Amino acid sequence: MQLTVWTYEGPPHVGAMRVATAMKGVHYVLHAPQGDTYADLLFTMIERRKERPPVTYTTFEARDLGGDTAELLKAAAFGAFERFQPDLMLVGASCTAELIQDDPGGVAKTLGLPVPVVPLELPSYQKKENWGAAETFYQLTRALCLSQAPKPGEAFERSERARPRCNLLGPTALGFRHRDDITELTKLLDRIGVDIHVVAPYDATAADIARLPDADFNVVMVPEIAGTAAKWLSRTFGQPATKTTPIGVGATRDFIAEVGELCGIDVSALLAEEASRLPWYSRSVDSTYLTGKRVYIFGDATHAIAAARIAAEEFGFTVVGLGTYSREQARDVRAAAERLGLTALITDDYLDVEAEIEALRPELVLGTQMERHIAKRLGVPCAVISAPVHVQDFPARYSPQMGFEGANVIFDTWVHPLMMGLEEHLLGMFREDFEFADGAAPSHLSHGGAAQAPVVEAAPVVLEAPANEDEAAPGWSSEAQDELKKIPFFVRGKARRNTEKFATERGLGTITLETLYDAKAHFGR
Amino acid sequence: MTAFTGQTRQDEAELRSPAAPRPVLKERGQREVFCGLTGIVWLHRKIQDAFFLVVGSRTCAHLIQSAAGVMIFAEPRFATAIIDDRDLAGLADANDELDKVVDRLLSRRPDIRTLFLVGSCPSEVIKLDLSKAAQRLSKTHMPGVRVLNYSGSGIETTFTQGEDACLAALVPELPADDAPSLMVVGALADVVEDQFRRLFDAMGIERVDFLPPRESTKLPGVGPNTRFLLAQPFLAETARCLQERGARRIAAPFPLGVEGVTDWLWAAAQIFGVPRDRFDATVAPGRKRAQLALERHREALSGKSIFFFPDSQLEPPLARFLSRELGMKVIEVGTPFLHREHMAEELALLPEDALVSEGQDVENQLDRCRDAAPDMAVCGLGLANPLEAEGVTTKWSIELVFTPIQGFDQAGDLAELFTRPLDRRARLAV
Repeated sequence: MQLTVWTYEGPPHVGAMRVATAMKGVHYVLHAPQGDTYADLLFTMIERRKERPPVTYTTFEARDLGGDTAELLKAAAFGAFERFQPDLMLVGASCTAELIQDDPGGVAKTLGLPVPVVPLELPSYQKKENWGAAETFYQLTRALCLSQAPKPGEAFERSERARPRCNLLGPTALGFRHRDDITELTKLLDRIGVDIHVVAPYDATAADIARLPDADFNVVMVPEIAGTAAKWLSRTFGQPATKTTPIGVGATRDFIAEVGELCGIDVSALLAEEASRLPWYSRSVDSTYLTGKRVYIFGDATHAIAAARIAAEEFGFTVVGLGTYSREQARDVRAAAERLGLTALITDDYLDVEAEIEALRPELVLGTQMERHIAKRLGVPCAVISAPVHVQDFPARYSPQMGFEGANVIFDTWVHPLMMGLEEHLLGMFREDFEFADGAAPSHLSHGGAAQAPVVEAAPVVLEAPANEDEAAPGWSSEAQDELKKIPFFVRGKARRNTEKFATERGLGTITLETLYDAKAHFGR
Repeated sequence: MTAFTGQTRQDEAELRSPAAPRPVLKERGQREVFCGLTGIVWLHRKIQDAFFLVVGSRTCAHLIQSAAGVMIFAEPRFATAIIDDRDLAGLADANDELDKVVDRLLSRRPDIRTLFLVGSCPSEVIKLDLSKAAQRLSKTHMPGVRVLNYSGSGIETTFTQGEDACLAALVPELPADDAPSLMVVGALADVVEDQFRRLFDAMGIERVDFLPPRESTKLPGVGPNTRFLLAQPFLAETARCLQERGARRIAAPFPLGVEGVTDWLWAAAQIFGVPRDRFDATVAPGRKRAQLALERHREALSGKSIFFFPDSQLEPPLARFLSRELGMKVIEVGTPFLHREHMAEELALLPEDALVSEGQDVENQLDRCRDAAPDMAVCGLGLANPLEAEGVTTKWSIELVFTPIQGFDQAGDLAELFTRPLDRRARLAV
């Protein structure tokens, strides 16, 4: 049993819903009690989808449990088929139905419907949302493509075409910027000289999935979701898969090179272009203030790894912490952290993440909506880089993360919550200006978005002992206490702790102005 | 065709009572409603020193945070103890695990005085005995923390029934008290509670208690001289438990709209011997303000048709208010559960031609809604955008639960919740 305040991922059947909802002509019959329909609102409210997810819930009740709940499942499946006429049905159970062991897979086989029925076994008490999406996508792909598999020793025959073709695998409903990343990658691949064969599961039909093997290779757009299916396609049809996720300028260049190599296309001209504004914006002197800013990164594995590289190589930040909730991809995140001299935090416990951010006192948090809560409470700027998603993560404007335009978007998104160069200096120099209230937000945000503005109101919670702040705490001379207030609020807690530690270690009874600056020199950043 | 009617089962229209026969369409099928766990979203704010620990699955945790969580920035006073396969396989003793979780929780939150262990579908199905666990944990943590339990599972409760189960769990804890008192039952916004208290004071009703209290340590007394008024229509079990303690329910419509609030207050006033003239003088200013506030909305809503999907059991009183005070035409009043006794006054006031439906088969109901083409549909968040995309103006029903709507001074606000979607649609030229 695990104490959970917030959860980064939903249960695995929500992952299956993300696949079903992304597709066309697919219906998912879910053996589930009332209440599990809450998942519909994720799609209709957060993503603002105009149709309900294609899911029929059996809605069993306590009084049904003694009776034949499997019959209820059957009836729901027939009813759903009759009403929605899908080309393919998925049949599975949510956490409660898993416990009553009605064997949805077995029931699915006996339905005798005139369309493919794919049973899903998604263990709710071990696995989570991304795994559920990956497993669903794999089961679908396998069910629809297996009959085309070449005999052992033979190669799969692909149709003739003028340019190489690839599949874009992994984008789903409720994905973090999947909608725009599809467009950006399609444009990028076209410039390389590669056509898109099938995008899946996003907007794909069952017939599209069956066409997957005919592409020359697969672009694994969302490794958390497409990884399993891509491996199977590679094994079964000899379809290579890309390994680089093109998020950030460097990774996009690597991706172009990787695709070039896979297809035998010369990409040197494309690589020579400066196709993103990020490199120059980062080199321009205005960005000097970004140098060495201490950032903390947490998200799904793909976005966290990408963010770490961008932060270090493309913004000149210092990454002080890196973590993920994607246990399945933990190894990759550990490796990325090691390259930065860090130990990755692999956890799905929000409280662990909160504790680490509190201890590290970063100047910028790049995280999920959960970390946005934490950062807001601590008064630290934050930009969102990864799912779990929020209605704000589906902007009306074109806003990809991948490719060169994605890098532009990332530059703007990460810089936005920060104080701009000169503003930061002025605040530092003239801290006692009566208009510079403690914890002042960046001037371009203070009257703006409701999301960022509360930085100001959150400021009083920044310190562990805010109540003691104004009285001279034991051991602090009033002079030193006043000086402490001049230190920017987001590092003041750390300065206080360090100074007290410094004084204690040296047996100093009173912290004077001198002690404060001696400690500063001692711990100097 | 019959082979494919699936899970739908429409019972024969049944007669409510010989006195006021009203056919009720009972349906059984897919329900597009929350389970009782969702009540935690408002209960944890109402009872400020209580913590709600759901013992359930990742789905439960995901439900609560999706229904409310991501909008709340302060650390919530609720959490989920997620059952994992070790608990199910018997590798870990679920009770030991629960004790550990509770210890960790209470050490983080020393301000908590009452901990509710909230049962879920999985905990019910594996028959985890949370009442025993609550007794055991109470022994460990009393007197600092009282541990109670109730079920918010979807196999037993629909949305607001979670509050009913929670309050019912509080009833045995109420101290015995023989003094005459009026108890107002059902979570209300603090501001509404204060308004009602002032009105009862002005009428001369001396002792008025509210359940739930704002602090879980200040539980009102109950006994044979307690008379209670339901402020919410979904409190069947709580009412039954209070009656077992000797308290008596005051039958009344619910305090929505000028008529509802007046009748609700008057029902109590009569029991406590308040003279009519004193009552009239007390409520006159509030009634006048409310009537004034409603005028503007009557113009916008009068003659417009409305269709309720089932959600909170507030649907019958809302439909009564909208039809009688604002002139709306009620097509269907869907409610997840119809308590015929508690709802008797409301049903009597509903227009004859309004269809009352209980339970849900969402696909059938959507068909009825499309056929009726109402000016507005009241529905849950899963249906709202799809209906809007089909051209139906909607009102999110969850807002009716999260907004102070009871009492004279909220009658205008309640009406505005219905005029706003129409106003919005009229303004937009895109």
